[in-house]
Amino acid sequence: MTTAFKLGDFVVVSNRDVRGHMRTPSYIRQKTGVIERLCGSFRNPETLAYGGNGLPKQPLYRVRFLQSHVWPDYKGTLTDTVDIEIYEHWLTPAS
Amino acid sequence: MPHDHPHGPTIDAKRLAHYQCMAVAVQELLTEKGILTDKQIEATIKEMEARGPALGARMVARAWIDSNYKRRLLLDGSAAAEELGIPVDGTRLIVVENNETMHNLIVCTLCSCYPRNILGLPPDWYKKTAYRSRAVKEPRAILAEFGTFLPDSVTVRVHDSTADMRYLVLPTRPSGTEGWTEQRLIELVSRDSMIGVRTAKQAES
Repeated sequence: MTTAFKLGDFVVVSNRDVRGHMRTPSYIRQKTGVIERLCGSFRNPETLAYGGNGLPKQPLYRVRFLQSHVWPDYKGTLTDTVDIEIYEHWLTPAS
Repeated sequence: MPHDHPHGPTIDAKRLAHYQCMAVAVQELLTEKGILTDKQIEATIKEMEARGPALGARMVARAWIDSNYKRRLLLDGSAAAEELGIPVDGTRLIVVENNETMHNLIVCTLCSCYPRNILGLPPDWYKKTAYRSRAVKEPRAILAEFGTFLPDSVTVRVHDSTADMRYLVLPTRPSGTEGWTEQRLIELVSRDSMIGVRTAKQAES
């Protein structure tokens, strides 16, 4: 499997305004996180949900975000995190 | 006036919410078109109802007494479940471990993804908007409401199951349980402790 990102890479979640069966929650768009693990490749739910075959498969990553970055008013510690599964086509390298 | 045409069980559509009606309509279409039979649907429902937190509790208790199993469980949850005769079809299971510096919490903010193969059907609160939105934004407040108070020395790690993975928390083994049998340990592993909203039950002294 060829993937655009590897463990430890910093990535930014796209802020596409698209409707339909997206598996990228809106609260995480435009946020920066780090690749926690590669999960394998899976059929794309954005077409699979509408009778398509979901191909080509998309690499899926688990991306870890610091809660204090995701929620400016977060009440917790600076080390608290949220891990989210995100498909590759939603990610760009963090500059 | 008598009527003599055959039909399935009558459902009072006025008492169902929109999506419940849709679900019934889809089920009727699937059977009318011969894609599924009522028997197949019944069998699947039975199979789903037969699964429950006892399966996950077995995995947790085994991990507590067998460090090699624990290692395999954390490396590949699906394979470790299947090792105990618990099939995990379709999705992949990731097991996350709680310890003295880390507490894991599972949520699905987009819908209500849940490790049904391991824990059965999710509790109602897990599917409610309140839990789904707050667990990710104010996990420590949610945990406190479940009676789980964590000091700042413990990092809270929320897992939002947005896609093809499913999650199970491996709770910390309660103190005072050294030498306990697997069967006895299983009693301490609640469903909530495997979602991460609570810790495992404490050993009664």
